Amino acid sequence: MRFNEKELVCLSRQPSEMAAELGMRGPKKGDVVKKRLVKLVVNFLFYFRTDEEEPIGALLLEQCRVEREDTQTFSIAFLDEAERKYLFECDSEEQCKDWIDSIIKASYEFMRRNLIFYRTEIHRLTGKDPLEQYGISDETRFQGNSGSQLVARDTSSL
Amino acid sequence: MKLNERSVAHYATCDSPPDKTGFLFKKGERNTAYHRRWFILKGNMFFYFEERESREPIGVIVLEGCTVELCESAEEFAFAIKFDCAKARVYKLAAESQMAMESWVKALSRASFDYMRLVVKELERQLAEIQDAAGAGGQQGRPKPSRRNQDEVQLISGSFKENGVTWSKPPAASANGSVDTAPSCVTWDVCTDSGVAAGCGGDGGRAPPVPPRRLGASLESPVSPDTCCFSKLHDWYGREVEELRAQWLQSQ
Repeated sequence: MRFNEKELVCLSRQPSEMAAELGMRGPKKGDVVKKRLVKLVVNFLFYFRTDEEEPIGALLLEQCRVEREDTQTFSIAFLDEAERKYLFECDSEEQCKDWIDSIIKASYEFMRRNLIFYRTEIHRLTGKDPLEQYGISDETRFQGNSGSQLVARDTSSL
Repeated sequence: MKLNERSVAHYATCDSPPDKTGFLFKKGERNTAYHRRWFILKGNMFFYFEERESREPIGVIVLEGCTVELCESAEEFAFAIKFDCAKARVYKLAAESQMAMESWVKALSRASFDYMRLVVKELERQLAEIQDAAGAGGQQGRPKPSRRNQDEVQLISGSFKENGVTWSKPPAASANGSVDTAPSCVTWDVCTDSGVAAGCGGDGGRAPPVPPRRLGASLESPVSPDTCCFSKLHDWYGREVEELRAQWLQSQ
């Protein structure tokens, strides 16, 4: 499958909130733990050999499961091949927890769920669709379980 | 550079509904002819297939750090995806109608993760303000404008740029029929006047935990991340019908 590799490499150079040297082990049998610079940018996890400018690889963080393996280790597995796990060894329990948190939040689908939640909630509290003023209420990417008409509730009792 | 290609391809075709699908002509990378391809836009990933029925995409364009622009071309209804980085390529595409072109340009220019993040942050902020106002016992006058930041200014200016495409604010009489004074029915999906009412959506089922009240507070871990599907298949098929209807209307 083709992909815009140059642009993805460029993306890997963007500033990131989460970047650290972790021990990383690939999903194949026989893969060993190697020290890698792991960097989270939008919904991609890039991994570099230390001091190299170009990443060795990237993982798109959609449709994946992040799990705590032990106090300092977490894993990422993709739903289409759930037995294959990428393992990451951290320096501390806290670092491990931070990474798990960040990766979970790094998916587009996660953000979309949040957006729909906020939108629904704001509408419930105010009777107004907050996206309307930006002219994006009809954008399909912002729709929840639609096909339903949202009737403004009677808020007089609040 | 390696990529978890199998899983990325799986994302294209898994159950979660795509944001937009359709045929477009794509200019070849080496062969400069335009080829008709089936496109699926999901999140910030723009997949293309040889045929609509193809199981695997031929390729994917990651839509981060790019702008979508109309472009000069011998081809009608042409537009381009241009990337910011050096020596980046330009993807030239052409739609099959004016309406389709505009629809795609809009959808693609709002497809980035960054854009989604912006909107989420803005709504998060709004909700916090509403909750604060409510918590303080009702009317406190207008919320303080001091928390407005760069992000919000970008969103609320009357005509704003999304990835280089300037859209002017739509006229007040928007299709969803909401009125500012009396609360009325607000439809959020594309079919507005069709009278579709598949039950009150409410909060659409499963929702993340209550959002943080203050900046800096960490979001709790959400629902298990392995729930991959929206249950909006109904809406997705509905959208297809809507597109067909629009196409038919256009051909009249």
